Amino acid sequence: MSKYLKMQIVLLMAVFFVSSHAFGRSEAFKNNIYNPGTLKPMDSILKVKVGEKAPDFILPSLSGEKISLSQFRGEKNVVISFVPAAWTPVCSDQWPGYNIAERIFQENDAILLGITVDNIPTLFAWTNQMGKLWFPVLSDFWPHGKVAEAFGVLRSDGVSERALFVIDKKGILRFAHVEDINKRPDLKILVTELEKLNSK
Amino acid sequence: MKKVLLYCISTGFLIFQLLFTCPAVAEVKPPEVGSILPEIILNVPKEPEHQKYLGLTGEGTFKIPEIKGKVVIFEIYSMYCPFCQKEAPIVNQLFQKIESTEDLKGKVKLIGIGVGNSVFEIDFFRKTYDVKFPLFSDVDFAVHKIMGEVRTPYFVGIKINADGTHKVIYSKLGTIKNADEFLSLIVKLSGL
Repeated sequence: MSKYLKMQIVLLMAVFFVSSHAFGRSEAFKNNIYNPGTLKPMDSILKVKVGEKAPDFILPSLSGEKISLSQFRGEKNVVISFVPAAWTPVCSDQWPGYNIAERIFQENDAILLGITVDNIPTLFAWTNQMGKLWFPVLSDFWPHGKVAEAFGVLRSDGVSERALFVIDKKGILRFAHVEDINKRPDLKILVTELEKLNSK
Repeated sequence: MKKVLLYCISTGFLIFQLLFTCPAVAEVKPPEVGSILPEIILNVPKEPEHQKYLGLTGEGTFKIPEIKGKVVIFEIYSMYCPFCQKEAPIVNQLFQKIESTEDLKGKVKLIGIGVGNSVFEIDFFRKTYDVKFPLFSDVDFAVHKIMGEVRTPYFVGIKINADGTHKVIYSKLGTIKNADEFLSLIVKLSGL
């Protein structure tokens, strides 16, 4: 066998050896979580202002009914949690945390609306993994990202930012927070703002 | 000449493949049974009862094998992980079982490390599930990275020898499902 061929065989064996380890690690993704890598922290310009009326909207929810922001006027404070996309790492994490914080929302006379630009079947499959959620999950799929766009949190690739909005019973925006899309906002931020609302 | 060129191109391609896949092998892996822990540095808890429980004093940091005990079990978890939430009562049972067993109390210690969880979120989880054992905040995922970025919940058990050395006796992803069975397993693996 020529020395070139021998070298080829050795290298080929090395590649197989190394890539089998690589594929072994990719077994970790068999739970359907797609890792998009590190993204640009923010990719939008906020269109809403604290102190002004938040844009009204009506969106389909997982329960089948359509939910509007204005239906809570005079009744509840509304927290909107936009998360970028189903089936991606940090996103998979945020709502299960709010799921065990229902008491905090109740204490502050608030409800939570979870919104992404995914369609209903996607949201259904994804949130099923989180256990039973106490709050409505809304789909801003069609027209694509229209509500995210109205708030100014639609990114150039079509997903929304990781954003929190707090709207009072008069429909006025009281707090807006766009987090680095790669991170999760500390629960403390939300709790602090909710408590501020009710202390006024 | 053509043959040599062909070999050069394909060799170059194979070397490129090697370089491309090598980083995957260089990735940090979770601690293996029989090995020692990577260096996990935590803050000494502020609560006096937790300091006493862990045999630590004052301020600053400590490493897990410095905990006073013969066996340390730690859970890598997150407040945001639905499996960890569901499992919390069982882990509490595990703690109760240890503390109510004459032969194990004082010898087996249990802690939780909340990866990506802030101090507020650690506190929130503690209050929500009435967790009595110490929980630590790993807000920047530093510990998570050292642990090989494991999914949650991930349990590790170490046995600490009289001379201060230690060995990993358990290292697995997944819920413990049954507190009694898990504790029996840990006791068996540690030779306590």
